[in-house]
Amino acid sequence: MLDVDKIRKDFPILKRKINGKPLVYFDNAATSQKPQSVINAITHYYEYYNANIHRGVHTLSEEATEAYESSRSKVRNFIGAKETKEIIFTRNATEAINLVAYSWARQHVLPGDEIVLSPAEHHSNFVPWQILAQERGAKLVFLDLDAEGIVDLNSAAKIIGPKTKLLTITQMSNVLGTIMPVAQLAEMAHKQGAIVLVDGAQSLPHLPVDMQKLGADFFAFSFHKMLGPTGVGVLWGKASTLESMPPFLSGGDMISSVWRDKVTFNSLPWRFEAGTPNIADVIGSGAAITYLQALGMENVHKYEQELTEYALAKLSQIDNLAVYGTHDVNKRGGLISFNMAGIHPHDLGQILSESGICIRVGHHCCQPLMRDLNVSGTARASFYVYNTKEEIDSMVEALKEAQKVLGHVACK
Amino acid sequence: MSLANDLYRETILDHYHNPRNQGQLENPTVEVEGVNPLCGDELTLYLDIDNDKVNNVAIKGKGCSINTASASMMSEAIKGESIEEAHKIINLFKEMMLSKEDMAAMPDDLEELEALRGVRNYPVRIKCALLPWNTLLEGINGIKSGNIAHGKTIKPHTVTTE
Ligand SMILES: Cc1ncc(COP(=O)(O)O)c(C=O)c1O
Repeated sequence: MLDVDKIRKDFPILKRKINGKPLVYFDNAATSQKPQSVINAITHYYEYYNANIHRGVHTLSEEATEAYESSRSKVRNFIGAKETKEIIFTRNATEAINLVAYSWARQHVLPGDEIVLSPAEHHSNFVPWQILAQERGAKLVFLDLDAEGIVDLNSAAKIIGPKTKLLTITQMSNVLGTIMPVAQLAEMAHKQGAIVLVDGAQSLPHLPVDMQKLGADFFAFSFHKMLGPTGVGVLWGKASTLESMPPFLSGGDMISSVWRDKVTFNSLPWRFEAGTPNIADVIGSGAAITYLQALGMENVHKYEQELTEYALAKLSQIDNLAVYGTHDVNKRGGLISFNMAGIHPHDLGQILSESGICIRVGHHCCQPLMRDLNVSGTARASFYVYNTKEEIDSMVEALKEAQKVLGHVACK
Repeated sequence: MSLANDLYRETILDHYHNPRNQGQLENPTVEVEGVNPLCGDELTLYLDIDNDKVNNVAIKGKGCSINTASASMMSEAIKGESIEEAHKIINLFKEMMLSKEDMAAMPDDLEELEALRGVRNYPVRIKCALLPWNTLLEGINGIKSGNIAHGKTIKPHTVTTE
C-alpha cells in the first residue's frame, strides 16, 4: 500500500492554499502535479550539464546524451517494450498519434478502407482519423458502448471486419473513466489483418500496462499526466512496423547522410526524432518513471480503486447527482464524471474552486461523446496517488454547498 | 471578492431560474447561433427587426448561470429599442465587462445589467457573459450589411467570445 502522507510531502505544490483553504487537486486527468525529484532532475540538467545531445564529444554533451537515452531505457522497462528503439519521444500523445496518422496511415489507408474507433475517443484520437478518412475516401466506423460505457464486444465482432485497416482506441476513457477491453479488440482486429493503436494517455499513469500483453502495434501517451513535465510524449511501436514507415518530420538528427541530391535516414528511434528534442523534460520524465516504479503501479492502481469506491459511495448520497459510466471499480479508473440536475458544470467548477478544489468542467475534448450523452458538458474529478479520502469529503461538502447557492434549481 | 457578491447575486439567480424571452420566433428576420467551444455554452437568438427596430427577440440555449442570465437581461434591454440604441447598449455592456478601468455605473434604465459587473473578477467567466451579446452583434451587423436575406440563419464560424 501507499504511504500517502509521505507521498504528499514530495509534491511542493500541495502546500499551496487557495482562498485560504488547502489546495485539493482533482484535475489529474488533465495534467498531474510533479514531485520534487522530477523538478530537481530538470533543474539539475540546466544548472550542471546543459548541452545538445548526440554527436557532441565534450563532457557536457556526453552526459546529456547519456541522461536522455537513459530515459528511453526507463520507458522501455516501464511499458515492457522489447527494445529501446521502439520508444520514440514526441511532444505529447497527440503528436504520437499524428505520427502514426501521417507516416503509417498515409501509406496504408486506401479508399473504402475502414478505421474503427470508439465513440469515447479524445479529439486527439479522433480528429486525425477524421481528416485522414476524408482525405483518403476511407470510412470511420464506430464501436458501440454498452450501458456501463464500455465497448461492447459482441457488436465489435460484427463491426471489425475485412475492410478494417486500423483499430484505434483509448485504453481508458477520459470522460467515463471506463477501461476498455483492448486485448480482446486487438485480437479481433489482428485476425482481420488490421493494425491496432492504443491511446494510453489515461491508462498508463494509473495502471500496470505491458506491451507484451496489450496486443497493440502502437501505443501513445503523455508524461505530463504521469508526474512528468509537459512537452514529452511517447510513441511505442513494434520495431518491424516502425522500420517500414517513412519519416514524419524531417531535418537534423533524423538523417544518416545528406548529399545535394539525396538523403539517407537515421536508424530507429532517431529517424522519428527530427531536430533538437526536449532534452530537459525527457530527463525529467525519466525521474517520473523512477518515482512511479518505486511506488509500484499495482499499488497505485489499488489505492486509486479505494479512493474511487469511496468517492462513488459518497457521491451517490447527493440528491440529483448522476455519475456517468460503470460503478464497478474493477472496470474503471479513478476519474469520475458527473452532473447535478439543474446546475451547469461551469457553475459547479466555479463554486468548488472557491473552496480550493480543482475539478475540470466542460466537454473534455470529447464532443462527439457529449452529444451521445446529450449533455453540453460534465464535471470531472480525477484522482492520483497524493489524493485522500478527506479531500473527497471536502468536495462532497462543496457540492452540497453548490446546491444551496444555486438553490431550488432541481425543480427547474 | 466573494462568489455570492460577484457571481451569484440575486438578480443573476433570478434570471437564471426564470430566463425571460425564452423560446423561438415563428418568422424571425434573422436567426443567429453562438457557441463557446471552451465550455459548451450554446444559444440561438431569434430577432424580429423591422424599420430599424428590434420588435421582438427570443432565445433558445443551454448555458451556465452567467450565460443564461446575461442572455435573459440582454433580451429585456434591447427589446423595443432601435438598432442604433441596441448598438449603444451592446457597447456599454462590453465596455463594462472588458475595459481595464472600472467604468462608471450603467444608466438607470440599464441598471439591472450592473448585476453582471462582478463577473469581471472571474476572467474565464467573462466569455460566458459576452456570448449572447456578441451573437446579437453578429445578427444586427448581418442585417445592416444587407448580406442577410430575410429568415436566414447565421451559423457560428469561429469562437464568438471576444
Ligand atoms: C484519452 C486521451 N487521449 C489523448 C489525450 C491528449 O494528450 P495530450 O494533450 O498530452 O497530447 C488526452 C489528454 O487529455 C486524453 O485524455
